[in-house]
Amino acid sequence: MSIEIRDVSKSFGAFKAVDGVSLGVPTGRLVALLGPSGSGKTTLLRVIAGLESPDSGVVCFHGENVTCRDPRERRIGFVFQHYALFRHMTVFENVAFGLTVRPRAIRPPRPEIEKKVLGLLKLVQLEWAGDRFPSQLSGGQRQRIALARALAVEPRVLLLDEPFGALDAQVRKELRRWLRRLHDELNVTTVFVTHDQEEALELADRVVVMNRGRIEQQGTPMEVYDSPANPFVYRFLGHVNVFHGRVREGMVTIADDQFGDRRAAVYVRPHEIDVERSRNGNGALEALVKHVSLAGPVVKIEMERTDRGGNVEVDLTRARFDELQIKTGDRVFFALRNMQVFPEDYVI
Amino acid sequence: MISKIGKSHPGQWLLTAAVLGFLSVFLVVPVVAVFSYALQKGVAVYLSALTEPDALAAIRLTLVTAAFAVPLNLAFGLAAAWAIAKFDFRGKEVLVTLIDLPFSISPVIAGLTFTFVFGLNGWLGPWLGRHEIKVIFAVPGIVLATVFITLPFVARELIPLMESQGSEEEEAAQVLGASGWRTFLRVTLPNVKWALLYGVILCNARAMGEFGAVSVVSGHIRGLTNTIPLHAEILYNEYRTEAAFATASLLAFLAFITLAAKKAVEWRRRRA
Repeated sequence: MSIEIRDVSKSFGAFKAVDGVSLGVPTGRLVALLGPSGSGKTTLLRVIAGLESPDSGVVCFHGENVTCRDPRERRIGFVFQHYALFRHMTVFENVAFGLTVRPRAIRPPRPEIEKKVLGLLKLVQLEWAGDRFPSQLSGGQRQRIALARALAVEPRVLLLDEPFGALDAQVRKELRRWLRRLHDELNVTTVFVTHDQEEALELADRVVVMNRGRIEQQGTPMEVYDSPANPFVYRFLGHVNVFHGRVREGMVTIADDQFGDRRAAVYVRPHEIDVERSRNGNGALEALVKHVSLAGPVVKIEMERTDRGGNVEVDLTRARFDELQIKTGDRVFFALRNMQVFPEDYVI
Repeated sequence: MISKIGKSHPGQWLLTAAVLGFLSVFLVVPVVAVFSYALQKGVAVYLSALTEPDALAAIRLTLVTAAFAVPLNLAFGLAAAWAIAKFDFRGKEVLVTLIDLPFSISPVIAGLTFTFVFGLNGWLGPWLGRHEIKVIFAVPGIVLATVFITLPFVARELIPLMESQGSEEEEAAQVLGASGWRTFLRVTLPNVKWALLYGVILCNARAMGEFGAVSVVSGHIRGLTNTIPLHAEILYNEYRTEAAFATASLLAFLAFITLAAKKAVEWRRRRA
């Protein structure tokens, strides 16, 4: 089931939560809506679900306009940020809810419901938890129950609002992989909201970066990470060094103020900087190592340019670092391996 | 007695003694007095005071009044709490304040306003008179006054709870295909049932025990418009002490039952 959103806007009072957004989600894809808080991603998800009605614009499921359809007619699965499990019902009753509330005529018989629920509990690896209450489960377990409950109605579309937001780092990572596998198995069109770029890049087929109610960029995780469309996306998708430079005839420099008259901002990721012990090659700049952080798979080095000041963050691989033997206080030379240039006056 | 600060302290004993003394003067002694006066001339007199026709009429009227007031305020309280907790609308603050009005106004004044509206010389009096509908000095007036006085109990119990629960569970039910009515029955109501019952118990106690507002609109017609509290007062004014206290003991029993029920619900609520 594909989702098609055309020109959707939604305001709350004077606040424009979603501002003329158009977006297509092809059948069977796993799409992340990524953005900072207040970027409109959750509102957009709720519009898709029918929990908010847009002020203008159209939502289509598989070509069929569902904008004015009640959420209960849309056949969607929605997983809430805080799970919204029914606290007075057992886990079994929670998962069975979507089936037991059906009108008698289309309600499956009791044994069938039971079979289905047990199957889903097995799928989320919580077969043993059927007669527990949500309050007796951990966050990660509740999350999986919420997912099983959403899947029970065989949704055409699965929508998840910050699915891992309330979990600790370890559980988060495990659940993330588990959800990816589950999606590959079930192949339900899925949209999830997150503010965690790592999560979006690791999990999704497509990432939609949102800011201030608009879409800044959409594409595969590689596309948005490797070629961000603008400084906002650049900054939001990871650490970045910003150098102020000058542009002339398709050339840019960050070391010469007399070079050309157009100012430019040069964006470079920490891992796209080469560090050398000696100045070999032109364009290398000198810097003083101020701090070395050895924890983790990459070595993070903080240094200060000697020519005009300003901090530079560099990520080195362990092997490269061992080769260079850098210590705090060393003088080194760095060159930019990859960069993206934006006009200086761009406002984020 | 276990001291939370560790060592027991003379001040602590003094304070406890003061509280117990205060309680016995203002609570225990009156309750003992009610029953000792009621049983002064023996159980036979006690029982006959409760079974005389006027007493039975008062008991019946009290039950009828509660039977109207409690369900009405149950429905109103649920509707008001639902509206306030789950929706945003203009004038919400005003509604919350208005719900508290019966608590902040003297019951006698409340009764008087009803006579101004429904009484013979009141706004609606002439119209009601023409259609031969009696409100003031009749059962409808008593029910109206009681409904007014007991209006906040259920709503006030539910509003904070429903506000803290938010509406995510209702939304989840909706997305799963549950109709509004089913969502209410299977999600909203079970989530608030103990608070609701608690409110109902308090509402019922007040509905049966209300004196001031009911006294103004009742007219004290014996066997017709007397509730238990009014009946007790009349008997007392006629120096029929044992009968008055026998009637009062009914209200004391009601208080005991209310307290026990309240405790039981509180206990269940903590476990839920």
